[in-house]
Amino acid sequence: MSSETRVASLREFWQRGRGQANLMIGLLVTLLLVALAAVSLFWTPYPVNAIDIPAKLQPPSAAHWLGTDQFGRDVLSRIMAGARNSIAVSLVAVGIGAGIGVPLGALAAARRGWVEEVVMRFNDFTFAFPALLSAVMITALLGPGAVNSIIAIGIFNIPVFARLTRGAALSLWQRDFVLAARVAGRGRTRITLDHILPNIASLLIVQMTIQFALAILAEAGLSYLGLGTQPPDPSWGKMLNEAQTLMFLAPQLAIFPGLAIMVTVLGLNLLGDGLRDLLDPRLRRLR
Amino acid sequence: MKKLVASPLASVALAAGLAFGLAAPALIAPALAAKDSLTLGMVLEPPHLDPTAGAAAAIDEVVYANIFEGLTRIDSSGAVKPALAESWTVSDDGLTYTFTLQSGVTFHDGSSFDSADVKFSLDRAMAEDSVNAQKALFDSIAAVETPDAGTVVIALKQPAGNLLFNLGWGDAVMVAPETAAENKSNPVGTGPFTFGRWVKGDRVELVRNEDYWGTPARLAKATIKIIPDPAAATAAMLAGDVDAFANFPAPEAMAQFEADPRFKVVIGSTEGETILAINNTRGPLSDVRVRRALAHAVDRQAVIDGAMFGYGTPIGTHFAPHHPAYVDLTGSYTYDPEKAKALLAEAGYESGLKLSLKLPPPSYARRGGEIIAAQLAEVGVETEISQVEWAGWLEQVFKGTDYDLTIVSHTEPMDIGIYARDTYYFNYQDADFKGLMAKLNATVDEEARYGLLADAQKKLSADSVNVFLFQLAKHGVWNKDVVGLWENSPVQANDLTAVHWN
Repeated sequence: MSSETRVASLREFWQRGRGQANLMIGLLVTLLLVALAAVSLFWTPYPVNAIDIPAKLQPPSAAHWLGTDQFGRDVLSRIMAGARNSIAVSLVAVGIGAGIGVPLGALAAARRGWVEEVVMRFNDFTFAFPALLSAVMITALLGPGAVNSIIAIGIFNIPVFARLTRGAALSLWQRDFVLAARVAGRGRTRITLDHILPNIASLLIVQMTIQFALAILAEAGLSYLGLGTQPPDPSWGKMLNEAQTLMFLAPQLAIFPGLAIMVTVLGLNLLGDGLRDLLDPRLRRLR
Repeated sequence: MKKLVASPLASVALAAGLAFGLAAPALIAPALAAKDSLTLGMVLEPPHLDPTAGAAAAIDEVVYANIFEGLTRIDSSGAVKPALAESWTVSDDGLTYTFTLQSGVTFHDGSSFDSADVKFSLDRAMAEDSVNAQKALFDSIAAVETPDAGTVVIALKQPAGNLLFNLGWGDAVMVAPETAAENKSNPVGTGPFTFGRWVKGDRVELVRNEDYWGTPARLAKATIKIIPDPAAATAAMLAGDVDAFANFPAPEAMAQFEADPRFKVVIGSTEGETILAINNTRGPLSDVRVRRALAHAVDRQAVIDGAMFGYGTPIGTHFAPHHPAYVDLTGSYTYDPEKAKALLAEAGYESGLKLSLKLPPPSYARRGGEIIAAQLAEVGVETEISQVEWAGWLEQVFKGTDYDLTIVSHTEPMDIGIYARDTYYFNYQDADFKGLMAKLNATVDEEARYGLLADAQKKLSADSVNVFLFQLAKHGVWNKDVVGLWENSPVQANDLTAVHWN
């Protein structure tokens, strides 16, 4: 980790990033997803929840690009609205994770001693359960629903950020420029805000994209189990679940939402990979 | 940093798993069926195998008429037939039933069956500490006498028109005093099949009883395979792993089986009245105008087409359409959103209202619920759907009555009496209806009974207690060479006695 990460201008980023296939593909897929979700706010080919029984289970056609589901609802419209749902859930959940995890980690690194012990043991406790399992437990406790699944996914994101922040911050606290700031009489909070956080921002951004992808998967998983988004609102995971018994009759109902999840997660991971390469100066030097 | 490199791969693999893992059941290998054995598929596993100690339909679906028999039995048409009682006479006042028992009957453990066993079985079911799930079946019985080994006399408190039918239920089967306590894990009855073994989570095996007193079973062996997942059930049928599903869990697969010459698809009737149950004492729902509005807002045919792929008969009250006493009341509440809106406005809810809708796992509920939610939204009734598992449904809805609306199918035969219960989850309390039921229970004459049943059906419709949706169809699918399975299911049973291969 470089001690003097400069805040590079957007232009510089663009020039460096353009050559990276990973980053570009990831960015493209992610932007496409966001665009799809944004458009669905104003327009979808058909109303998202409009039931039209006579038109059920149609294969893809000019009228319904991705066909219709068991209630005659337009699959494309539902995938678009599902993208919006996935983004909203993941954004808030990762926000919760980072919003609580980063201050906790920074606090642990700044204070050390018993504060660090408490924070890190709490983290270990949360980490001891597999992420999706703890999300299932939390929604079982709070009851199913989109809001509760956001909370559940958010909670298992907290230790990820807390650990990352603490680890990176700890090493920074030993650096000369931080020691200099302390000698100059600056408080721990001031130093954390002025020196520590800006220097680990790139690391956090990369982790956020990765967690974002995991959150989308978790939301799909919870909805698949009936614990996430409740009907009639669309969610990719729920669409997969509903397609399960119709696999032989209308396989496209499972294929399209499955593809949506796969491409999205792949895109976000490529983006995270690319960003890491771009932001980590040490790796850059190695090339 | 290594961790960051590894995670994209793992995530993508997980996503791919979600998408394509669904196809895994198709890989189940086929098995060849011998001509004197049969593998029958079932969705739910029984909690245990004692039909006199549990309400689960799955118990009867394994043991009724196969392992256990009662004094009477209910055949595939729903008629009462003699079983362990060869014949009976009824006194003129309707208070004394005298049964003559079959001779030469033995339990599977070799002990003989006589009137003492009958007295034991009935007394056990009626006892104070009895765990029988349907104790009400025996409410009218005052005493059971055994003048000799081949005769049983049942004295009643008041005439009971449905006694012979009640004695044919799985909950009224005959058990032996020596073995009754172990029936949950090792059922011993008098039936044409003996219990082989139970591989928990997978299958129950039955073996032909070579010492059966009546016409012996034609199958030497029957395996009841538990397959809860509809996709796996489809795959198992197609692969020939399972020879028959008396009630296939996924109606959407019927078209595919129908097109396949290897299978026979038989759509029959069940005793399952599927209803949109209403919590009758909850806020706005205590107003009959609101309940009527709900009935007018629901398009039954759309629910049948959308959720059941067209299989199901619309009903207008809580009664099976194939029963002779059925009154067609589907016209009482036609699909009429305008009228529903007017009724809601009249009740003071012109700006709409918000209700919870809790849906248990079966597809009629989950799919039907989404369709009904959309239909209710059109008249301004907003529903908040939550999907619950069976355990949660029993706890929250059935026991706790913490719900506004739910969808469920009542599969017991002739269960209109549940509306007269003092505590039941839809909280319908009506003195007139209770009076009707009390009168019905004391009436023996068939014509008079049918008249009372008709009144009861009309009363439920007039009060719009629940939104009566449709009679659940039985989606039977089996190998075309299998003969003798029930086409309809008047009681919860898979009677395999006459089943054989062509």
